[in-house]
Amino acid sequence: MGEVTSKHAAPGPSAEAAGAPAPRPQQAPVLEVRGLGKSFFGIPVLQDARLSLHAGEVHGLVGENGAGKSTLMKVLAGVYQRDEGTVLIDGEEVHFSHPTQAHEAGLSTVFQEFNLLPDRTVAENIYLGREPRKGLMVNRALMNTSTAELLESLGITSIRPTAQVRSLSVAEQQIVEIAKAVSYEARIISMDEPTAALAGPEVKLLYGIINRLRERGTAILYVSHRLREIFDLCDTITVLKDGRIVDTRPAADLDDSTLVRMMVGRPISAYFPDKLPQEEMAEPPSTTPLLEVADAGNGQLDSISFSIEAGEIVGLAGLQGSGRTELVQAIFGAQPFSRGTMRVDGIEMLPRSPRQAIRGRIALITEDRKAEGLSLNLSLLDNALSVIRSVFPSQTGGVKREVPGMFSALEVVARDLGQEVQYLSGGNQQKVVLAKWLAISPRIVLLDEPTRGIDVGAKVAVYRLMRQLAAEGTAVLMVSSELPEVIGMSDRILVMRDGRLAGELPAGVTEERILQLATGARNGNGNNDGGGGPSNVFPPSGGNGEGKPA
Amino acid sequence: MSSTWKAGNSFGRLPSTHIVYLVALLTLVVGAVLVATTGRNFFSPGNISSILTGTSVLGFIAIGQTLVILVGSLDLSVPYVTSLASLIAAGVMANSSSNILPGVLLALGVSAVIGLANGLIVAGLKVHGFIATLGMGLIISGYLATNFKGSFGQTPFAFRLVGATGLGPVPVSTLIMLACAVLAMVLLHRTRVGHHIYAVGGDLNVARMSGIRVQTPIITAHIICSVLAGMAGLLLASRLGVGSPTVGSQGGYDLLSIAAVVLGGTLLAGGKGSITGTLGGVLIFAMLDNIMSVMQLNPFVKDVVRGIVIVVAVAVYARRTILKRPPRFGHGQPEEPATKQEVAA
Repeated sequence: MGEVTSKHAAPGPSAEAAGAPAPRPQQAPVLEVRGLGKSFFGIPVLQDARLSLHAGEVHGLVGENGAGKSTLMKVLAGVYQRDEGTVLIDGEEVHFSHPTQAHEAGLSTVFQEFNLLPDRTVAENIYLGREPRKGLMVNRALMNTSTAELLESLGITSIRPTAQVRSLSVAEQQIVEIAKAVSYEARIISMDEPTAALAGPEVKLLYGIINRLRERGTAILYVSHRLREIFDLCDTITVLKDGRIVDTRPAADLDDSTLVRMMVGRPISAYFPDKLPQEEMAEPPSTTPLLEVADAGNGQLDSISFSIEAGEIVGLAGLQGSGRTELVQAIFGAQPFSRGTMRVDGIEMLPRSPRQAIRGRIALITEDRKAEGLSLNLSLLDNALSVIRSVFPSQTGGVKREVPGMFSALEVVARDLGQEVQYLSGGNQQKVVLAKWLAISPRIVLLDEPTRGIDVGAKVAVYRLMRQLAAEGTAVLMVSSELPEVIGMSDRILVMRDGRLAGELPAGVTEERILQLATGARNGNGNNDGGGGPSNVFPPSGGNGEGKPA
Repeated sequence: MSSTWKAGNSFGRLPSTHIVYLVALLTLVVGAVLVATTGRNFFSPGNISSILTGTSVLGFIAIGQTLVILVGSLDLSVPYVTSLASLIAAGVMANSSSNILPGVLLALGVSAVIGLANGLIVAGLKVHGFIATLGMGLIISGYLATNFKGSFGQTPFAFRLVGATGLGPVPVSTLIMLACAVLAMVLLHRTRVGHHIYAVGGDLNVARMSGIRVQTPIITAHIICSVLAGMAGLLLASRLGVGSPTVGSQGGYDLLSIAAVVLGGTLLAGGKGSITGTLGGVLIFAMLDNIMSVMQLNPFVKDVVRGIVIVVAVAVYARRTILKRPPRFGHGQPEEPATKQEVAA
């Protein structure tokens, strides 16, 4: 692809392409999306989406969490059905009611969640559902050799077709997923954050695969949060925001700051409540931090040292798989630290179980509220009392009287306290989870993705509650993938990478600065394969001063 | 990259089937010693033949149960199918050797229909196998209790030979059971439906997203399971010479077969396991039974030992599955004084 090389040779975003027409008008698009709309329960998540994809093109799809990227991919893949609009493949309208129909039409998708059977081999996974046969028998030899050929054609020789998927690294599993998508003879492959769980060299491997596919003329729709990858790989970039397409432009016309502005779009400051004045405390604030972790680690974490003062909100940023969840789980005793020390209010304490942590008044609002946060078929009241009942039974009576007040303060919308929580909206469910933990009057509150999948109103309520907890002298540690949220709420930001703390940043840093620490990208002149310009994703921002390695 | 951490915990990393056969070997050695203390020979042709005879009835049922468990279901109706098949066979044969074939076919045919019904209920109505087959078992047991009081029919001499003869110390019934095991292995590893049994049991959603018709493997596994339970019934009819309405439930084959499957390393949740493992589980149970009856232990001890073996086996497997993700740092051992090595990093 001549255009790709020219893009890399170009000295950055050039003026020459300003206001350029849509790319490659010489060729009919392989995939065309017009006026696509999709809503869930009456809430539109995708409106009037337009997209066209050409053979040999890598098309980046960017946007904040909740912008509608995954929904768009799932509609294209046939997991969801569109409410309106047209999808054309090779100029013919298609309707998929099941992913297999999309496969048959030449469109396959690599989803964010793994779709592999860990106890089966690589070949068995790739040919699942269409095993080659000889007579009545599955032709295992053919299955294994064609898998080997397939992997080789993608430049992969390190994965044996007969290896069990469970024994592979996350990166290798991701490659198997992609190989599976390719094996459907796909002309269009969409990938939803394929690098989310990968580290540096593994990402390079993926680049190689994508470039091979591009050379073969496969059209690729590529979703990623990592702007560097988007600029390294994509020819065209489409920005989605709040379910609508902001714009589609050639990658050469964009630089990272323009792109981020298009993605974020709104003034972040208005969204996050201001800090509340610290409440008067009966005793003078002690100088010991409320939570102190020193040189701690376990199988997934290493050399973790940090502290949080009373009344502080600390953001914990990092890529998926960088160990953020593992860190809060370790503090909470769910996957305990096996080495190092931890102090709560100056007193040494290393919880070996969640129960011990709860006794130390540590609360963890988990990432997956349906699986770990709530008993879906119990009532609001029973859910709110579940922790206090099991850990501090003698206080149940007192808390029970406060529950109605707590729910109205959190503005929970429900029929009554006896309603089963499964019938509440995501936002209200999250408020019930919060109420359950507020019941123990926590000193330390750990929040893992506290606003995932909830509406804006509930988000603001969660933010206000965090501010209030801080004002009351609670230490708050918040894990979040939404960088605006991390930046808007945190007094300080800890960034994790590969199971270690990559550094600490003060309030008010840019998203780029956080991403730079999280991905381990170098400052400024970060051109990887001799190219210039667009790989210059992260602008130099005053040297290493702010990033203190842990 | 994963070889370093694998080295640490060698027992924990052994495939389940290897553990089963290690345990079987251990049982063999301990059994031989114990039996020798009573002045008898564990390895006498008679005793070996008696152990192998003990494997065949449970073997048939456990092979079928393996398929059903692999696909993510369960079958609690097997003992009643076994009884029903013995009655049909003995009733149709009525001591006439010319009726052997119709008797066998009818018994297996009825079993297959019951399996089909189980499969349709599980796959079509989305009733969990536990409940679907519990209900089916109750229906059959009600039918048996109201229509048969005691044994019924008679099997001809030619048919009784199947349960009584052997090649050297190996009974014919065991050979037939092993042949069924081989067929089941071929089915699981060499046919599409076998691959799909693993896929559906492993993750129904992944299977569906890969374009598999998920009903087919579920129904297939249930039919085969019932037919094999019917085979067990035929074998019992051959041994007893008559059909009996209680021969299956007396054997406790429902729970015992599930125990053998789980002992053989198959995940109760499905998707992972093997016929070879199940055969190991069956062999362990047969040896335990043999040792304890030779030692003339009371039946209570027998059940206690069985119970302990099952629970310990599953506890060992459970520990192994906890270690599903390789640690990124160190060995993850609790209280490990690892600070020194971390300083270097």
